[in-house]
Amino acid sequence: MSGVERFEGVTARSASGAAVAVFDLRKSFGERAVLAGVNVSIAQGESVALIGANGAGKSTFLRCLVRLTEPDHGAIRILDRVVTDLGTKDLRRFRSQVGVVFQKHNLVPRLSALTNVVHGVQSRAGGPRTWLQGLASTEVRDEAHACLEAVGLGERALQRVGSLSGGQSQKVAVARMLMQRPRLILADEPDASLDPKAGEEIMELLLRVAREKSLTLVTVSHRLEHAIRYSDRIIGFGGGGVSFDMSAAAASVVELRTFFSERVAA
Amino acid sequence: MTSSTVRPGLPPRHAAPNVVSVALWCAAVAFVMWSFAGAGLSLERLERGIPALGNMLSRMFPPDTERLPQILSSLLVTFQMAVAGCVLGVVLAFPVAVLAADNLSPHPAVKAAARGLIALFRTVPDLVWALLFVIAVGLGPPAGILAIMVDKIGFAGRFFAEAMEEADKGPREALEALGATRTGVVFSAILPECLPSFVATSLFALEKAVRGSVILGLVGAGGIGVELKVAFDLFDYDTAATIIIAVFLLVLAVEQVSDRIRRCLI
Repeated sequence: MSGVERFEGVTARSASGAAVAVFDLRKSFGERAVLAGVNVSIAQGESVALIGANGAGKSTFLRCLVRLTEPDHGAIRILDRVVTDLGTKDLRRFRSQVGVVFQKHNLVPRLSALTNVVHGVQSRAGGPRTWLQGLASTEVRDEAHACLEAVGLGERALQRVGSLSGGQSQKVAVARMLMQRPRLILADEPDASLDPKAGEEIMELLLRVAREKSLTLVTVSHRLEHAIRYSDRIIGFGGGGVSFDMSAAAASVVELRTFFSERVAA
Repeated sequence: MTSSTVRPGLPPRHAAPNVVSVALWCAAVAFVMWSFAGAGLSLERLERGIPALGNMLSRMFPPDTERLPQILSSLLVTFQMAVAGCVLGVVLAFPVAVLAADNLSPHPAVKAAARGLIALFRTVPDLVWALLFVIAVGLGPPAGILAIMVDKIGFAGRFFAEAMEEADKGPREALEALGATRTGVVFSAILPECLPSFVATSLFALEKAVRGSVILGLVGAGGIGVELKVAFDLFDYDTAATIIIAVFLLVLAVEQVSDRIRRCLI
């Protein structure tokens, strides 16, 4: 059964041009079913926070969206492409349109901030001129520098990433993501390893970028106040599936904390 | 703490050996004794050998420097041979290592073939490779260069592959997530991450090549080894002493320089 056929059963909301539509997504690690039939639909331009206890499947869900983790079952449609049916080359082309920001920044610490940002151009072009900023074309260098300036690190372009603070490194990762010119942003706990101020700066930056370019933003977060403040919608993961799906405007930290307590107690 | 205050249930410091471990120890001792007996090393032979060694050493000193210009010229050829063979080996080891690395190899069969090649090049001694290349390309330094090259593909290939397997998978995953090709991932994430390790391995390979190239001359693969063999064949021990001292100084110099480069780069 192809992914397109499977999509016949998806809800009307997902079928009507959603940026992200997930149907019956399942993923197990050994005997443990982390995702046991997840259905989610996210509209274009929407900012969604995924919350849940450790091991609830939020990050696995996010990784499945770009197939960094291969799902066991189900269909995923993103930006009008059935991701679960893509071959190697098409998957690479699809990934080039999705900006992913990781919790651990995932930069090359020995290289400069500018070179790390230049790497983002590999979503559009390849070859030796994308490996180091010194080899890159003037246009690419210029765009990469503009991306660094957009995150407030233009003056640190030639500084090694290993010598930057956690917050600055995460901003470089965001700049690399901007270099991709993405149509969708996925962020896996981008604020987790940062102090409160730096965490807020990163979340504000991601939301600003998403709003400016009308991009869909999906963020995994453990900081409940961030989930409420920086998203339109909050989806709670638990028990292998979606436990609740609510408007961020209607959510309160107390209510979300109660959800966590119940999940941990369970 | 007195013995009276020791908590009950404290485990003993040493477990009593069981029958199996005693038997294994006895077998190990028997194996070592069998090895000595098979090798024919005896006190009687040592007693006979020590005066002969003393006699040879007395004839070595003072070293004869009459042929110093020829010796230095051969030493230079040896060094050039080592550098050329080492550079070729290290450069060729890189693609072989990429194919042999768990996380980068495109296919299990390719990985098995690359690992098999590395194992073959590494386990067969360089002296054997030199004998083969002397037959193939004739007497002289070219055979030595090829022997060193093959040996270094095995040596560096193994360590390069291990370094790439141990590299932080974060930067690699980030580039895969943005749609980079395998080559892009290798040159943008893996290579910069592993560069210090590659430099250290390459310098060790050079040290090993300089030491090894001396021996290669004994089988006709060029360099100072030929001079050393001729000196010993003619019982010209004082000239041999000059050669040994020259080799010692060269190896020492290479080790010192490579040690400094390693400290600067890492």
